[in-house]
Amino acid sequence: MTDTTADAHAGHEHHHGDGPHLAHHFDSYQHQFDSGKLGIWLFLAQEILFFSALFVAYIVYRAMHPEIFIWAHYFLDTQLGAINTGVLIVSSLTAAWAVRCAQLGNKQGLVLNIAVTILCAFGFLGIKYVEYSHKFHDGLGWAAKDAELKWSRHDPKHQVWELPGFQAKHPEVAAAAAAASKEGKSDREIAAVARKAAGGKDLGIVQPANSNTFFGIYFFMTGLHGIHVIAGIIVWVWLLLRALKGQFGPKYFGPIDYAALYWHLVDLIWIYLFPMLYLIH
Amino acid sequence: MASTTTSPEAFGSATPSTSESYLTNERGFLSWLLTLDHKRIGVMYLMGVLFSFALGGFFALAVRTELLTPGHTVMEADTYNQMFTLHGAVMVFLVIIPGIPAALGNFVLPIQLGAKDVAFPRLNLFSFHLWLIGALFLVLSMYLSAADTGWTFYTPYSTTTTTAVIPATFGAFILGFSSIFTGVNMIVTIHKLRPPGMHWFRMPLFCWAIYATAIMQVLATPVLGITLLMLIVERALHVGIFDPALGGDPVLYQHFFWFYSHPAVYIMIVPAFGVISEVIAAFSRKRIFGYKFIALSSVAIAILGFLVWGHHMFTSGQSVLAGTIFSAISFMIAIPTAIKIFNWLGTMYQGRIFLDTPMLYALAFLWVFTIGGVTGMYLAVMSTDVHLHDTYFVVAHFHYVMMGGAITAFFAGLHYWWPKITGRMYDEKPGRIGAIIVFLGLNLTFFPQFIMGSQGMPRRYYNYLEEFTIYHQLSTVGAYLMGVGFLLAGINFYRSLRKKPDAPKNPWGARSLEWLTTSPPPYYNFHKPPVVDFGPYDYEDLVFDKKLGGYVHKSEAKS
Amino acid sequence: MTYLSSALLALMQQDTPKPKVPESPHFWMPTSSSTFAEATDWAFDFVTWVSAVVTIGVVIAMTLFCVKYRATDRSKNEQPTGNVDHSNVLEIAWSVIPLPFVIAFFVVGLQGFINMRTPPKEAYEIHATAAKWSWMFQYPSGYTTNELHVPKDRPVKVIIEAQDVIHAFYVPAFRQKIDAVPGRYTHAWFEAIETGEFPLFCAEYCGTNHSDMITKVVVHEKDAFEEWLEEAERKEEEEGLKNPVAYGETVYKQAGCATCHSLDGSPKIGPTFKGLFGKTERFTDGTTAVVDENYLRESIEDPQAKIVDGFPASMPTYKGKLSNNRLRALVEFIKSQK
Repeated sequence: MTDTTADAHAGHEHHHGDGPHLAHHFDSYQHQFDSGKLGIWLFLAQEILFFSALFVAYIVYRAMHPEIFIWAHYFLDTQLGAINTGVLIVSSLTAAWAVRCAQLGNKQGLVLNIAVTILCAFGFLGIKYVEYSHKFHDGLGWAAKDAELKWSRHDPKHQVWELPGFQAKHPEVAAAAAAASKEGKSDREIAAVARKAAGGKDLGIVQPANSNTFFGIYFFMTGLHGIHVIAGIIVWVWLLLRALKGQFGPKYFGPIDYAALYWHLVDLIWIYLFPMLYLIH
Repeated sequence: MASTTTSPEAFGSATPSTSESYLTNERGFLSWLLTLDHKRIGVMYLMGVLFSFALGGFFALAVRTELLTPGHTVMEADTYNQMFTLHGAVMVFLVIIPGIPAALGNFVLPIQLGAKDVAFPRLNLFSFHLWLIGALFLVLSMYLSAADTGWTFYTPYSTTTTTAVIPATFGAFILGFSSIFTGVNMIVTIHKLRPPGMHWFRMPLFCWAIYATAIMQVLATPVLGITLLMLIVERALHVGIFDPALGGDPVLYQHFFWFYSHPAVYIMIVPAFGVISEVIAAFSRKRIFGYKFIALSSVAIAILGFLVWGHHMFTSGQSVLAGTIFSAISFMIAIPTAIKIFNWLGTMYQGRIFLDTPMLYALAFLWVFTIGGVTGMYLAVMSTDVHLHDTYFVVAHFHYVMMGGAITAFFAGLHYWWPKITGRMYDEKPGRIGAIIVFLGLNLTFFPQFIMGSQGMPRRYYNYLEEFTIYHQLSTVGAYLMGVGFLLAGINFYRSLRKKPDAPKNPWGARSLEWLTTSPPPYYNFHKPPVVDFGPYDYEDLVFDKKLGGYVHKSEAKS
Repeated sequence: MTYLSSALLALMQQDTPKPKVPESPHFWMPTSSSTFAEATDWAFDFVTWVSAVVTIGVVIAMTLFCVKYRATDRSKNEQPTGNVDHSNVLEIAWSVIPLPFVIAFFVVGLQGFINMRTPPKEAYEIHATAAKWSWMFQYPSGYTTNELHVPKDRPVKVIIEAQDVIHAFYVPAFRQKIDAVPGRYTHAWFEAIETGEFPLFCAEYCGTNHSDMITKVVVHEKDAFEEWLEEAERKEEEEGLKNPVAYGETVYKQAGCATCHSLDGSPKIGPTFKGLFGKTERFTDGTTAVVDENYLRESIEDPQAKIVDGFPASMPTYKGKLSNNRLRALVEFIKSQK
């Protein structure tokens, strides 16, 4: 088991031979498994702290600039986000199932479950890709409008009131804002018109200053999470190959267990990211 | 690889043959670079750390030389700024943090526990490779245009300066993961690989110190990692989390940075406590005083260390309430630290004290670290900190702790375990002279810095007011003196390597398990798995054997 | 704030001779020249005495043990004369005895700190701007200097901001220090108790010339300070009125007009100055007027009198803040913006 915690991170190892997979410095499979388990838990602890500072940054920035988050949430595709959440939850389930199969020595089930997990992971990344490319297409990058970084410039092509989703939800507000905007009114006036149309409620539809920073945080958090998903895929593919060779069984299933734990964490982080980024009001 | 070379017969033999010594059982560059043996990995770390120490020392001398006179002495302001940044970054990330836990810890800890290796040998090798890669990035940044931000990389300076901040911070990011994985390995090794009989309170205090350190490595370092990543992203991609122009908060960076870097201070000093506990007990020939208090105070320091980061920020504009809380908790750390010092004195009391080189370094540590510790209190007292913050007083304080504490302990440990690591005894006399010169140089370098600091000399100054000249000059002379001391120690080590192995199993008469095996140890650490039915400081069972030049158990003594 | 023009930056970066550190009567500390210096020094000395006792105690014990219990010949196999390896009484003693001391340190430090961070309400306010690599201080009249001039025996509150990176305002003689952070204000207050000149440092590393970001605090007698300020302003105005448009531009930037009134024709919070003079403005009450000198003067001194349609009524009055001469120069400057 000497290698699995490293693999959870880098996924580049192959196992050394010696028939039974017991490393020389452990007394028994149980001993080896327990050690690996403690190792992976420590690794997960550091993962949580790794993400935690990012969450704190999010909280601090949001507390300082709530208007940016309210404005930006109109541009996030809640539907795709929700589907992705579902995809990840399914993959977590199959990951857990894979552990069970390994413990029972059910090779077929193990292979199948790992394969589904990998498929879900690819599905997740595919949907993320669609989302990302929409964002870039709509000028929702993170770099300031006049930044040198052309490819990630934040220069939204649409206003909130032009979004079909918003129009469906608040037709009067959208119409009033669109009319005011057509007349060439200033942002301040559009905001006033929209507030009036919404019955005095500020829906925060006028683009605030520094709105690019939200997308900076959005891409950073989801991107870092995405990298973890990719690392997970590499680990799962490696474990799939080993599973196909029939290396896992009731005595030796540690690597599957550790990978599944890691995978649950990746899932869990997304479960926090989803409401924080997509469901804010 | 490890599994294929298992040979049960090896446990039976009494003397190491060349094929058994971990140093010689395999040959060739790759047999080192790809080894899974914790001892070899420890030795590679050691070489890396010593090389980095020489490099960091060179930068230190460059800084001190420049400060010999106000204004331009030998270099331009920008070069000076790069020099002190490199000095700090190299010494912190490449020397002190890995110095004791990764280099000495890797070598010593599994043997002290009676284990064959660390829990995850591959992960261990992977951490070393990460260390190398991280170090290469730091070197790369020097080649491109060394960062001039100070080792703290404060925003927004670090996001706007023109120097190569990204390679440097990325290097530190990778080094962080090296440190995390070492920490994971140490915790699991201590939890899971203790043989029967080696219960928690029979562990040498060095293991306790490494354990406390590992907790901090695992829980604090990732925050540094993500913070540096945010800094990189901010600089490269203009994400504005710390940039006030984009609505961000530069002070948030400081919170994140110190959330890691204050525990990092303890990552640097707690392992030193472990070394000192071993050395003082062994050279006083007396059981360590207050074992449990020393062991648990390390853990207490590790926990409290997470709650005091704000004391680096009393003048950053943070609220009075936050300052109050951070100040109060900071003082709480003084207590477990004081406990240790008094316990070490208690150990020496009524002992039989041998003033060999490791003990001289340990005594230097006691003296110098006490000064470093008490001067920390001036900086925890908020009103005096307002005056002293970012002056040379702070520089002197943390050099007394880091240099006088961590590095001195590292050298104590290096001299102490050198015979075990290399199988060779170094020459005592130059060793002792080196220790004394280092001690004198250290005080001459840093004591004047207390005075000029409290007189108001700010740190990181290329140019300074003439009134401070005399203090700077004393400090520079001290730095060179210290350099001579370390050079002497280095030459002494080098000379010992050119001899044939001559170290006995147990030259100092210590009782922890590494002294039961041969010097250097065999590949599998022990010829016979040790039976642990004694404490790590039960020296009374050992007697000195003149012929061997080392200690043996009294039951094995011939006469 | 953005009013700092390149011309002012040039002014800020003039080479000034390095300040002298006044001879201090203390070994550790510089002269105690502010009201709370004494308290800080007392805290410092308190910690010093306790630390000295601890350190000397440790060193004496260590040396004594080394001499008394020294062994040189390992083959003698001498055993320790005692083998006590724990004592709960001692452990508790040396855990508990330091406690009251550290609590006292904490309390003393907290008292001093609260005092340092709580400026009196009536404090004289000076705005400081730190930028790579110099300081600019602006007095309530709008007059600016690179050196900080303050009256003796009067609380002074310095409101600090940074233009680019983090700097720190540090006057050792006053025992006061606070970071200057871009994007927010911090403040430091003090009350000088002696006249003279004291160094003022930048204490937060800020790049190439960080160590040259030194200036001085000049403490005047209370009345002399007012005289100095008036005299300095009069002189500057006299100089300035030789070229009122250029001086007007300085006033435009110093007084903060630039925040709301552009020179390039784009409307900000208020109307642009470009092409303003001679234009006919419509006001919120429906009336109109041609912009002339009197209208400009009225708008500066009583901005709420006429509000241009489409702009908020948010401008503060500058009556009493701008001297006649400065006002005149400002009007000339606006006139020149065609």
